[in-house]
Amino acid sequence: MQNTEDTGTRVNGRGVDADPKNDPTYPIRHRLPAEEARSGWVRPAQQAVDVEVLRSIEYPEMTAVFGTSTPPAGLSGMIRRAAFAYSESSYLHWLPLVLADRINVVEGILDDLRRGRLPNGFAEAGGKAQWRYNRRRLIGGTLVRAALAAVLIAYVRGRVKGNCAADSQPNDQDGG
Amino acid sequence: MLAMNYRGPHRVRIDRKPTPEILHPEDAIVRVTRSCICGSDLHLYNGLVPDTRVGMTFGHEFTGVVEEVGAGVHTIKRGDHVLVPFNIACGRCAFCREELYGNCHESNPQATAVGGIFGYSHTAGGYDGGQAEYVRVPYADVGPTVIPDWMDLDDAVLLTDVVPTGYQAAEMGGIQPGDTVVVFGAGPVGIMAARCAWLFGAARVIVIDREEYRLAFAAQYCPAETYNFESLKDPVVFLKQTTVIGADVCIDAVGADAAGSRMQTILGRKLLLEGGAVTALHWAINSVKKGGIVSIVGVYGPIGALVPIGNVVNKGITIRANQASVKRLLPRLIEHVQNGVLNPKALITHRIPLEHVSDAYRIFSSKLDECIKPVLVPPSARS
Ligand SMILES: NC(=O)c1ccc[n+]([C@@H]2O[C@H](COP(=O)([O-])OP(=O)(O)OC[C@H]3O[C@@H](n4cnc5c(N)ncnc54)[C@H](O)[C@@H]3O)[C@@H](O)[C@H]2O)c1
Ligand SMILES: [Zn+2]
Ligand SMILES: [Zn+2]
Repeated sequence: MQNTEDTGTRVNGRGVDADPKNDPTYPIRHRLPAEEARSGWVRPAQQAVDVEVLRSIEYPEMTAVFGTSTPPAGLSGMIRRAAFAYSESSYLHWLPLVLADRINVVEGILDDLRRGRLPNGFAEAGGKAQWRYNRRRLIGGTLVRAALAAVLIAYVRGRVKGNCAADSQPNDQDGG
Repeated sequence: MLAMNYRGPHRVRIDRKPTPEILHPEDAIVRVTRSCICGSDLHLYNGLVPDTRVGMTFGHEFTGVVEEVGAGVHTIKRGDHVLVPFNIACGRCAFCREELYGNCHESNPQATAVGGIFGYSHTAGGYDGGQAEYVRVPYADVGPTVIPDWMDLDDAVLLTDVVPTGYQAAEMGGIQPGDTVVVFGAGPVGIMAARCAWLFGAARVIVIDREEYRLAFAAQYCPAETYNFESLKDPVVFLKQTTVIGADVCIDAVGADAAGSRMQTILGRKLLLEGGAVTALHWAINSVKKGGIVSIVGVYGPIGALVPIGNVVNKGITIRANQASVKRLLPRLIEHVQNGVLNPKALITHRIPLEHVSDAYRIFSSKLDECIKPVLVPPSARS
């Protein structure tokens, strides 16, 4: 049950060891008295909500201002909306957001293509700077990636061939 | 306008975006003159912060000229050249009144833990940031500060984050005269923290990193004793030995992208099951003396992380941490710059046109060309 206003007054010795120096929050120079801190504040004017803004379930109302960058959209947006049904204290809030971020990357590429733009991954990753200052690493990385890709392709082709050999019927028109 | 555009982990580019508009009576629109890339941006760049959406513009360390103000703005006007603290703060909620400007309750609907931050994912409010030609600056009467005539723009832009963060890292350490202070990370923040540790009376300042060029800079600039953790068998054992009983104060100025532990790297940076790799914090907890203080300014994601919390209890450690409260510290730090006590602009190693933002991120992220702090300069500020 919650304490009432006089609960503490019945305690023998209440406050006898209170020590203002025992305050490990020191850089917080303006520590407010407890009642003042909890009594609310005159809220700033409310920014008009004319884009979709997801809101932590801990806020009863929208904060007075907010950012309007990149509202939720697409599949990632659906996941983000679902995540915001859970509190900041829940993994069900954060892990879906991480997943949505990854899906959003694919959506970003599709979006570029839809606008007739082929994203230049090399330039976006600062390839020019790598080439200029970190050539060995860039070449090394590219070689490793090429080698991995080659192994993967060889493996997949091997499997496809194997499967085709097993599956092929005498009347199979398409061959292998 | 030109603006940085996040496309996914390790992929950013410059694009055209609509120029921002006033959306609230207390807004201002600022034309950017300098905009830095921060170690915090690298956590976004590496995909570690949940709800970082494709299409967003990063950038929380910028100066600029006020182009337009809303009807409710009174302390700054069109034409003022301002430095803009990275925290978006209303100035009147319970937290702002306690001068916790990094924890405002009226600027970030997506999360209650942290206040709004320019260009720092939706977990910090969903604001487009300053790596662009123009930015919308909410609560323009609270944060933006007119740059004094005598101040160099490069000093001003570092007062938006790096200097206050380094200073607060030392301040939260509760450093007493005679203390031994260990700073993990020789990035701009760690270097500034180590420098400021002296201002609070430290007697010995040690900086740990693995980038030799950064350690060499810290040795001169802070000045500090420096050690490369890659050449130490066990950094914690080494630090406890050299400080005899452990450091009085340890400062984590590394954050979520820490190197040094394979397990932390896999769990925190690859699988994203922790709020980042907490290697440096782990070392800080284990190298501080019993009864010592650990001050954390390194940024981590909101998901839990594996730190030796049992040692925190058993050693009786005090942990202090926060996003820097820039506005609270600015008056003192402006004095320090004016009096030559601090020389922030010496940290800037790279001045890069905004249009080359992809390369700038790569250079800073991969620690290429001995980069310590890169600043992006938009076309209008280059003539
Ligand atoms: N709390 C705040 O208000 C605030 C403000 C700004 C920056 N930050 C945070 O401060 C941290 C540092 O920022 P920065 O701009 O200096 O970044 P940075 O990336 O330039 O520097 C980090 C340094 O840490 C080093 N490092 C990596 N693993 C290490 C380890 N295990 N031990 C020691 N050093 C290690 C890296 O080599 C690098 O030099 C980041 O996490 C950033 O997000 C916090
Ligand atoms: Zn920063
Ligand atoms: Zn506030």
